Amino acid sequence: QGGAITGRVVDEQGQPLLGASVQVKELRRTASTDEDGRFALPDIANGTYTVAVTYVGYLPAEKRVPVSGAEQVADFELKPDEQFLSEVVVIGYGTQQRRDLTGSVATVSSREFQSGTITTPEQLIAGKVAGVQITSSGGRPGAGSTIRVRAGASLNASNDPLIVVDGVPLAVGEVPGVSNPLSLINPNDIETFTVLKDANATAIYGSRASNGVILITTKKGTGSRTAINFSTQHALATVDRKVDVLSADQIRDYVNANGSEAQKQLLGSANTDWQNEIYRPAYTTDNNLSIAGRAGDLPYRVSAGFLNQDGVLMSDRLQRTSAAISASPMLFNNTLKVDINLKGSHTRSRFANQDGIGASIQFDPTQPVRTDNAFGGYWEWLQYDADNDRHVPNPNAPRNPVGLIELKDDQGDAYRSFGNIQLDYALPFVEGLHANLNLGYDVSRGKGGVFIPAIAAQRFSTAGEVTRYQTDIFNRVGEFYLNYTRQLAGINGHINATAGYGYYDNKSRINNYNRTSEDGTVLSEPAFPFDEPQNRLISYYGRLIYTHADRYILSGTIRTDGSSRFASENRWGVFPSVGLTWRIRDEPFLRDNRVFSDLKLRLSYGVTGQQDGIANYSYLPNYVSSANESMYQFGDTFYYMHTPLAYDRDIRWESTATYNAGIDYGFLDGRIHGSVDVYFKKTKDLLSVIPIPVGTNFSNLLLTNVGNMENSGVEWSINTTPVRGEAFTWDVGFNFTFNTNKVTNLTNVDDPNYLIEQGGITGSTGNHIQAHVVNYAPYSFRVHKQVYDQNGRPLEGVYADLNGDGTINDDDRYFYKSPLPRYLLGFTSQLEYRQFTLTTVLRANIGNYVYDNVSSNFGSRYNVLDPNGPINNAPVDFLNTGFVQKQYTSDYYIHNASFLKMDNLSLSYRIDNLLRGSGSSLTVSANVQNVFTVTKYKGVDPEISNGIDNQFYPRPRTFTLGLNLGF
Amino acid sequence: CSQNLDLVPTNDITADMAFSTPEGYKSALAKVYGSFATTSGRGPGESDLGGIDAGTSDFLRLYWNAQELTTDEAICAWLGDPGIPDLNYMSWNSSHIMLRGLYTRSIYQITVANEFLRESTDEKLNQRGISGPEAQEIAHYRLEARFLRAFQYWVLMDLFGNPPFITETDGIGKVPPRQITRAELFGYVESELLDLETQLNDAHQNEYGRADKAAAWALLARMYLNAETYLGTGNGKYTEAITYATKVIDAGYALMENYRHLFLADNDQNNPEVILSINYDGIQTQNNGGTTFLINSSVHSSMGPASFGIPNGGWGGNRSRSTLPLAFDDHSGATDTRAMFMGDQLDIEDPSLFTQGLAVAKFRNVTSSGENGRSVNGVFCSTDFPLFRLAEQYLIYAEAVLRGGNGGSTAQAIAYINRLRERAYGNTSGNVTSISLDGILNERSRELYWEAFRRTDLIRYGRFTSGDYLWPFKGGVANGAGVESYRTLFPIPAADLIANPNLTQNTGY
Repeated sequence: QGGAITGRVVDEQGQPLLGASVQVKELRRTASTDEDGRFALPDIANGTYTVAVTYVGYLPAEKRVPVSGAEQVADFELKPDEQFLSEVVVIGYGTQQRRDLTGSVATVSSREFQSGTITTPEQLIAGKVAGVQITSSGGRPGAGSTIRVRAGASLNASNDPLIVVDGVPLAVGEVPGVSNPLSLINPNDIETFTVLKDANATAIYGSRASNGVILITTKKGTGSRTAINFSTQHALATVDRKVDVLSADQIRDYVNANGSEAQKQLLGSANTDWQNEIYRPAYTTDNNLSIAGRAGDLPYRVSAGFLNQDGVLMSDRLQRTSAAISASPMLFNNTLKVDINLKGSHTRSRFANQDGIGASIQFDPTQPVRTDNAFGGYWEWLQYDADNDRHVPNPNAPRNPVGLIELKDDQGDAYRSFGNIQLDYALPFVEGLHANLNLGYDVSRGKGGVFIPAIAAQRFSTAGEVTRYQTDIFNRVGEFYLNYTRQLAGINGHINATAGYGYYDNKSRINNYNRTSEDGTVLSEPAFPFDEPQNRLISYYGRLIYTHADRYILSGTIRTDGSSRFASENRWGVFPSVGLTWRIRDEPFLRDNRVFSDLKLRLSYGVTGQQDGIANYSYLPNYVSSANESMYQFGDTFYYMHTPLAYDRDIRWESTATYNAGIDYGFLDGRIHGSVDVYFKKTKDLLSVIPIPVGTNFSNLLLTNVGNMENSGVEWSINTTPVRGEAFTWDVGFNFTFNTNKVTNLTNVDDPNYLIEQGGITGSTGNHIQAHVVNYAPYSFRVHKQVYDQNGRPLEGVYADLNGDGTINDDDRYFYKSPLPRYLLGFTSQLEYRQFTLTTVLRANIGNYVYDNVSSNFGSRYNVLDPNGPINNAPVDFLNTGFVQKQYTSDYYIHNASFLKMDNLSLSYRIDNLLRGSGSSLTVSANVQNVFTVTKYKGVDPEISNGIDNQFYPRPRTFTLGLNLGF
Repeated sequence: CSQNLDLVPTNDITADMAFSTPEGYKSALAKVYGSFATTSGRGPGESDLGGIDAGTSDFLRLYWNAQELTTDEAICAWLGDPGIPDLNYMSWNSSHIMLRGLYTRSIYQITVANEFLRESTDEKLNQRGISGPEAQEIAHYRLEARFLRAFQYWVLMDLFGNPPFITETDGIGKVPPRQITRAELFGYVESELLDLETQLNDAHQNEYGRADKAAAWALLARMYLNAETYLGTGNGKYTEAITYATKVIDAGYALMENYRHLFLADNDQNNPEVILSINYDGIQTQNNGGTTFLINSSVHSSMGPASFGIPNGGWGGNRSRSTLPLAFDDHSGATDTRAMFMGDQLDIEDPSLFTQGLAVAKFRNVTSSGENGRSVNGVFCSTDFPLFRLAEQYLIYAEAVLRGGNGGSTAQAIAYINRLRERAYGNTSGNVTSISLDGILNERSRELYWEAFRRTDLIRYGRFTSGDYLWPFKGGVANGAGVESYRTLFPIPAADLIANPNLTQNTGY
């Protein structure tokens, strides 16, 4: 005698789950659910059984079911598996479950973002992803960052990753009027970052993918309940580290001991700390309101934000007003899914004159800030102009740092809007076939100007300066693809195929204006009133993912791109990739394994391209008419010069071949999980500025495709939950990156000594401290080897004769270290105890070196006792060297700048059910950013992306109090 | 769809558009000339050349440094700037950034001239519907483009000896040009100039700033005077030097009455002496090289930059070595007015200190009536630089006579030298009754100092590298020391040796 067990498996929302596996454990009988989520297990002998349900992406569920002759109903409501395996990951033109990924893909969602005062989106994930280095350019509000995914793949073209927001590739390049175009995106609207790293993941983006792809998904309205969220943050930023310079008394002592009588006469009696004069504590407020919900059948989210951030450098300010709307209705019986995203923002910036930073280090501390003079009352180094019987600023002296800042009014407004409408239609008649149309835009306008009054010493030469600018940028995106998925029951397979077309048009209009003095006298006049550079990309792409027996996944992509930047014969590039994934965990031999919750092997190979950074029309043999200040006189008439431009008809794509092997692993029910990736990238046809035989073109250097570079590395990430309890949970994440790269070819003629100078330094004309050279990392420092005396003091001008020819000259410079870190480490900890959450983020770079241009430029006797007149200050390093003359090329100034930083320490307290039953919550948080830095480097900050420390805008320490109210 | 990928720039134009009108040809000719007056067509902050600081990539700045800093006339204080110490101390090598810049600048101007010649053939003019007097005028432009090309080949021959060789028959592309020997190049430049001297506009008949027959004669005379340097001892062409110097002298030029006025901001006006100049303007031909460099680098803030027409300038770099003022019997300027020195410390202990060594106040951005020269910012200068002037031709004549050339006389030579000295002294008190080769060399220094002649002169006299003739800091030694004899030629830049497999390095480097 027996009965039956039937039932229905649904998800949290009551939606049926198709294909869930239902097992009667004791009998080893299984069934799967139908489209309605129903299952039936007939002919069950009487007894009590354990019925277990499993479904990918959901937590397994079990029930004890007594069977006594009749049909027994057992319904299951599965809860989503919080584990990230089931997470749906955005990939190019579609989504995939994490467990099925074939490429190297990392995601960071809003819960894991860096907290505190984050003005610009990329900073949300600093230190969070193995293989991704994000280095802000400094402490200016909204400062841009150098983003490097696997250290970049280019030398002369762009190394920036492609950034795609909700399917719209963002325009590349600067927007005038704002320090960083990404700061026009409100970080509070962002839900997830997905970083595509290997070629299998990126190659669907073809020619723009060599430097990795970052997909940003913004927050959407989802639930049925209306959720209102308001947050407000108030922050105070302070400068904690300044350049250590000599005090006023030290300068007085030095000048009195070493200076001439005339120089002693120049000393003042003040004690001015010029850095204190230009830096200030700066206040920031950031307020955001969002409403997400469903209006009828229309899920929506609207948000608005207002940011007002002062910079620690006097007068610096960024104001941002932003708004976002998203709506994602399902139409026609859920066959048409519509996604609409619109973002808009306006920033108003005042850019402090950063020349004040260098001047504040150099300016004589014995002089007062203010005095009575004709230059706005700022004390300046003057000289007598006998012809006009007046005192004028000494053109060879630094300018008063406070005057530099206060008398330069540099303001910009930037407007940016981007958005798209994406239509995904499940075609009738053919099951599993979707058509997807995505139309997007990204427009911005940047405008502004600079005003310097005639009284300002900094523009004394031109009686002030007035400039203005306006640029409009207009980018259009059109994409259409078909996606087809089908279960191939006969062969236990599944295919997911995509084929599409893309059209990308980037156009700007740059208006040119006169530069005038304060009274309107024209100083320079543009040759053309405007320019309209434009480039266009047309693409065809396809992807096939074949999954066999849920364990073997083969994925291939191909993209062909045509670019307007190249001549017709080089225009089209083909970028294929293939990836193979083996879900070892799902093999029968591991089915009962309790140790592994996940084990997956990924292998991939692919080719990607790169064209950003190449001028729009460099293959065309064109002439340009000259500027108004570049004319030539015949007789009494000035003629414009028709100038032929250097061009390379053969310029074409850079292409990067990437090999990647990775393992995704999980242990103990996912309490430990992570991945390891090993990669090797080989870039060929690298754009390199090479010397061409002089006389063969209209320059001696030409950007052309000759270089090769290799990049290899290891990435490891591990996320663990050491403690998981009702009241107390502790999550710890750690990531590690090792990267090494070297240039393997630079010219079309084989010469190991050929180098391309990089890294121009401040203080002299034409000095470079870095170079690209074969067999070294790009941007390796190229320096003389300093010789030291017995006491370890550097001997001025004494360098090792490395080539042994008896003389010391440029040929004795050698390659010593590079600014690129060898190892990147990131550490995240999150402790939750009841309503308290304590998080911290630490980052370390190891093996990065910095050239101390501040000390090399100012640390000499002839800087302090300047033969051109003024007395100047020097960094304390001067006391170590005592150099008389500047020794720019000494390796003495190359320093190990490895560091450990605590980016962030944050404590928050959450009160749920603030108003009973309303689902409201209040979170109060306190946060410190840039908590500490451990480094041997003595300059202001060891983290300098180009490795040349000069006039660095200090990254402030920021204290933030925040309040978040949700209901 | 691929049609959509043919995009064209907004403001740049194709060659056919650039040359569609006679005016277009004149603008293209302006570029052929402007290539030695500007660093680029996009303002003073940009450069036609790569691998060098834009402001340093100007012809005159580089040429002047190579011809003067390497000699007993000048030294520069900017020891931190790459390339400067090597010129001061005669220790340059093949990666020297400024020598590479100069080589590149000269060949750049040749390349632009070649392009002009390709675009101005009769066939192209026909295609573009340009004929009649306009076509004839463009034919003259062609001759001048060829003259400027010959001038730059002369520069290359003089400084680098054996440069790559390209003409209008070599198109734009990546095929490396062949190397030409110094002797072969001499023959080429000579044949070009001999062809041009009959076709160019007559002396004084061209616009100011454009080459005429006298320019070709003047260059021929200069080249013949140095023929032994280029072709080897015993291959002198002093008779030819006299012939062509005489053609210039007889062409109606006259000495500028006041020597100082040759080097002022209005030297483009009423100037009877200059045959061809490089033209600068502090507003419309801005340049951080050229005379802007020459004037600003010679003036220090303590010298009152305003009195030099550069109220906001004065970079304090170049000044004299003691040998230069001591070439004058009286360097105060009280007798020989060509001595225009400032300062009180003749000798240099520390080359990085501008105030050691007398400053040279020869070039100024003020007009003969005392006004400031045109300048947008009180730094850029409007003084034109004389490439060829009558005084040099007198000196060529005299020296060629002394060196045994036919067709001239010692008496005439002495008369020419005395014309220069009478102008300098304002009377005949400085006149000479006899001349010697050594005397001519010194006279050249007094007359032509800081006009970028000195290195060539010292080489012709065998005094450039040897230990027999020393000056302060020659060879990097305070009292002076001889250097390797191969330094009479500069090296072919390493970058071009790598790029162009047809090139062989000059001996010694």
